[in-house]
Amino acid sequence: MTPAADGIVAVVWEGCPTCQLVAPVIEQLVASGAISVLHREETDSGLEASYRLGVDTVPTLIRGSERIVGWSRDAWEKFTAVPGLGVGIPDYRPGCGSRTQEPGVVDELAERFGAEMLTARRVVLAPLEDEMEALFDRGWTDGLPVVPPTAARVMRMLAGTTRAPDEVVAVVPPDLVDATVEKVAINAVMAGCKPEYLPIVLAAVEAACTDSFNGHGLLATTYFSGPVVIVNGPLARAVGMNGGGNALGQGNRANATIGRALQLVIRNVGGGKPGGVDRATLGNPGKYSFCFAEDEDGSPWESLSVERGFSPEATTVTLFAGEGPRGIVDQLSRTPESLARSLAAGLQSVAHPKLVLGFDAVLVVSPEHARVFAEGGWDKARLRKELFELLTRPGAELIRGAGGITEGLPEAFKDAALPKFRPDGLLIVHAGGRAGLFSSIIGGWVNGETGSQPVTMEVKA
Amino acid sequence: MSTRVVLDPTGELEPVERALSQRPPSLEGARIALLDISKARGDVFLDRLEEVLVERGLEVQRYSKPTFTKPAPIDLRHEIATQCDVVIEALAD
Repeated sequence: MTPAADGIVAVVWEGCPTCQLVAPVIEQLVASGAISVLHREETDSGLEASYRLGVDTVPTLIRGSERIVGWSRDAWEKFTAVPGLGVGIPDYRPGCGSRTQEPGVVDELAERFGAEMLTARRVVLAPLEDEMEALFDRGWTDGLPVVPPTAARVMRMLAGTTRAPDEVVAVVPPDLVDATVEKVAINAVMAGCKPEYLPIVLAAVEAACTDSFNGHGLLATTYFSGPVVIVNGPLARAVGMNGGGNALGQGNRANATIGRALQLVIRNVGGGKPGGVDRATLGNPGKYSFCFAEDEDGSPWESLSVERGFSPEATTVTLFAGEGPRGIVDQLSRTPESLARSLAAGLQSVAHPKLVLGFDAVLVVSPEHARVFAEGGWDKARLRKELFELLTRPGAELIRGAGGITEGLPEAFKDAALPKFRPDGLLIVHAGGRAGLFSSIIGGWVNGETGSQPVTMEVKA
Repeated sequence: MSTRVVLDPTGELEPVERALSQRPPSLEGARIALLDISKARGDVFLDRLEEVLVERGLEVQRYSKPTFTKPAPIDLRHEIATQCDVVIEALAD
């Protein structure tokens, strides 16, 4: 018999009919030395080896980076360089699922062996502590209950990304602590995320911690605002995010927990808490979570992320420093000209009707309003241009004292004509249910260099 | 799967467990709580301690838990914490 190449590792499980069928073949290959290591999943050590090798099917033969699964006489003879294998048994039988893939076993193995790679401090809860209360007591929640971040749950969460647990995603303000993929995963577990949301959470954390977004200032401000996460692209749809009815509201797990995970990272990893560095005078309920998807399929326009230079196939997060949304009602306008005037009137009030250029805004156009623009032949650029003109006002109306209101611009702007928004200061997205002639405004915080710049970042697997 | 051990979600800048308070260098001037956890004969031990402490001219307050089977009620803990500097607890039978 021709000796096989060195170093074949085989993994079998006695509960698998295919493994039973090829048992004599395995025995022969072990005896001849063609198989140098045999792992049996029915034993603890075999199961551990199988887990570490990432085996999902038995039988599996492994040599270096090559592996074959199931039984195929041709493939086995070629792989082992041993002819005449398995005389009298069928030529081919598919393999069975590895024991490592069984429900329950997956978690157990992840906890027993996989969790070694997790470096976060283990916190042992005292015997008399209620585990939910314990997490409140440690100051780890946003005021709502969180899912206890056990090693098994964190391991499951980490399966949602190809990134290594120790990779640093961002340096999180205000404490400027490195947030590793593992730390983000822990907070994502607590927020209630599914593993498939993790890549979006990671991108949101990274974007929120950029200098231009200025997460520190946004946290520390006395203003209402917090991070608003707008998600575009195929992954938003794949994970079931909501850009349709009640897009800005409650009830969708992905929307709710992705935004919440970001806030928990800022709270826990960054140390940013209300009463501490968060000095908000009033805050807004969106600081629990404010995250939604753009309705791209139903939109007559290119998406926010395409406008911002990304491919339609890319999944992106756009971070905006925003306050709570407010509604604009216009149920009568059937021309773009009239509807644009209504939207402009609403947008004028962002921050204060007499304050201009200092605050950005997101305009969320609902399907019924977007239809009016689409039927009138207005693309998004046209709408923005018209709004820009409608929102340009004489300085005399905006200066301090004008209209009997002390708030306003310095006297020096008296003779200028000033637009409400800077040229890139109005983000337009399409979202909402099919019925309702309403749109929404999300007012921004101080913009630009002194405040926050909207940041769009691509989501990586 | 155990939920009794969780992974720390924080930046780990603070210790998980609160450090014990420093022992006072002396009892001079300290307000002393004597806590009876309601175990049998705890009062005998504490009565004697009280005698000794009072002889030294120290101020002593007596407290007791409703039952040794449960943690001290939060009100009691709060009362002791606000009224005293030092606690001596009679723990065993």
